[in-house]
Amino acid sequence: MAEIMYWEALRRAHDEEMTRDPLVICMGEDIGVAGGTYKATNGLFDKYGPERVIDTPISEGGYTGLGIGASFLGVRPIIEIMSVNFAWLAMDQIFNTAAKVRYMSGGQLEAPVVIRSPGGTAHQLGAQHSARMEKVFMGVAGLRSVTPSNPRQAYGLLKSAIRCNDPVFINEHELMYNMKGEVPDEEYFMPLEGSEVAREGSDITLFGYNISVHWCTQAAEILASKHGINCEVIDLYSLAPLDRDGIKASVSKTHRAMIVEEAEPAVGVGSEVMAIINEECFFELDAPPARVSAENVPIPYNHTLEKMAIPNAQDVVNGVLKMFGLAG
Amino acid sequence: MKAADKKRVLREMLFARRFEERCYEAYVERKIGGFLHLYPGEEACAYGVLEAARPGHDYVITSYRDHVHAIKCGVSPKEIMAELFAKETGVCKGLGGSMHIFGTEQRFMGGYALVGGPFPLAAGIAKGIKMKGGDEISICFLGDAANNQGVFHESLNMAKVWDLPTLYVCENNLYGIGTRIDRSTAVIDQYKRVSGYDIPSAQVDGQDIDAVYAAAKIAVDHVRSGKGPYFLELMTYRYRGHSMSDSNAYRTKEEERMWGKRDPIIILRDRLIEAGEITLDDYSTMDTEVLEEIENDIIKFAEESPEPSAELLDKYVLAENDPWVSGGAK
Repeated sequence: MAEIMYWEALRRAHDEEMTRDPLVICMGEDIGVAGGTYKATNGLFDKYGPERVIDTPISEGGYTGLGIGASFLGVRPIIEIMSVNFAWLAMDQIFNTAAKVRYMSGGQLEAPVVIRSPGGTAHQLGAQHSARMEKVFMGVAGLRSVTPSNPRQAYGLLKSAIRCNDPVFINEHELMYNMKGEVPDEEYFMPLEGSEVAREGSDITLFGYNISVHWCTQAAEILASKHGINCEVIDLYSLAPLDRDGIKASVSKTHRAMIVEEAEPAVGVGSEVMAIINEECFFELDAPPARVSAENVPIPYNHTLEKMAIPNAQDVVNGVLKMFGLAG
Repeated sequence: MKAADKKRVLREMLFARRFEERCYEAYVERKIGGFLHLYPGEEACAYGVLEAARPGHDYVITSYRDHVHAIKCGVSPKEIMAELFAKETGVCKGLGGSMHIFGTEQRFMGGYALVGGPFPLAAGIAKGIKMKGGDEISICFLGDAANNQGVFHESLNMAKVWDLPTLYVCENNLYGIGTRIDRSTAVIDQYKRVSGYDIPSAQVDGQDIDAVYAAAKIAVDHVRSGKGPYFLELMTYRYRGHSMSDSNAYRTKEEERMWGKRDPIIILRDRLIEAGEITLDDYSTMDTEVLEEIENDIIKFAEESPEPSAELLDKYVLAENDPWVSGGAK
């Protein structure tokens, strides 16, 4: 098993699927000649040509709709939106067309598109380039939403998403493209539903997704070594649908839950997971579930303030200690 | 168009008119719910363009004013009416409604209810055609007001940059919902707006099917021959309001009378009478037959069809038993 970077894992998935199926195409801003802002399509333009690796104009609504229209004829577009902030401009096509067309046509048409886009707070990108929009993509019927936390997931989720007949939104992270991790040498497909146990534990479940999985595992190490608290970490790589059974199973084991999210708290992963816990296993709880979220502010430019706006592993540690009555 | 084709098209247009008028009645009777956008007055647009194209072979996409385009593509009028009546025998099994008529077997790719939404979808369908190497074209019918959406410009630009086989047909009926075009739109002649994308275009009388057909022939040939997109503007008028909930208070009686004198069906009828191809009696007989077909065949089918079963409620949200959801066939 080779250790490769997150962007390399994405690139490999693109390449394998484009070799296999001539109807798989990719499109987006600067993905072709320039090789992609985060290199996920690096070299594919030379290999597959401009008809299949399409440098689009800066028209997010237009080219997303174009990809969806092409998918009606069996084309399998992988649409890259350079930053999730720009995905707002494509929402009409994603929500009103891709997510609804099978339903409103009584099963006659479907839109098997993949839309990949990085979100998250990176390095001083300011309010309009630091959005965390996973919450927006997890509440619309007809759309799948996944978010890989490591190169193996990035590879395996993209592979399955390309072949799946549903529209799939893949939420990536600007800070994670150079993360290294093991990816199977042979072809590998991740399920598009479910969750993974990133760390086994018995005292509390920390729920993370994408970058926050790493804050959770870092916090779990600190809590284990310094405080004797054994955290389980669940990686919610599928945000739509959320893994109700996985959430229930873990909370029923640990009897405590904390959800860690990079986004503002309202109407988000945290509130949704808490609702599921209430619905599925309320009487298993030894303490009220809690969440660690971003401050409810647009992301500031100043680096110190930017760091204050979003949570980190220490915030998770502090939250857990508070829940256990151990806060200083 | 040959005389025999014109006679056939006259009957088809009359059928479309009576179909829509019957929808109006059914809506008043509350047999049809939701929003209902009717096509009377604009028939020569759909029929003129699609006579020049290959309905059932070429792909067609449009807005929520979609019944007649679907019928011309070959979608069953019975199943369209059943859809409007929200029955399980409807084209979309009662899940779509008036604004979402689909007939993918006839390559009618649907009615969409976001104004301008089909612009990029049509370009995408054309991209799919190009990738698969077929000789089909993608035809997008939308109203003038849709051209004030951003995706109009985005889509025309992409269609031109990539030479996509897309025919954009603008049915300019002079009103965007209830706002007259000169009150909302800087340039009233819509065909002029595409010159910025170096796309060939034309503007013709949308009430005269011969004019529409002649212009559409040029447009269709251009697109099918691989020369890229084309924009055809048809000047027309809808007799009813934007939808059934429209008071129609924004138009003058005089204007309505003026357009009423230029009825596309009457223009074609009189031309055929003048040419000695039909008589007024032939036309009356045709009308009676059409009305009987709609009542005895279409309405009856819709009325007698069953309601959708409860299991349809969540049947088409996601793909059924898609193996890749669980990571592929094991």
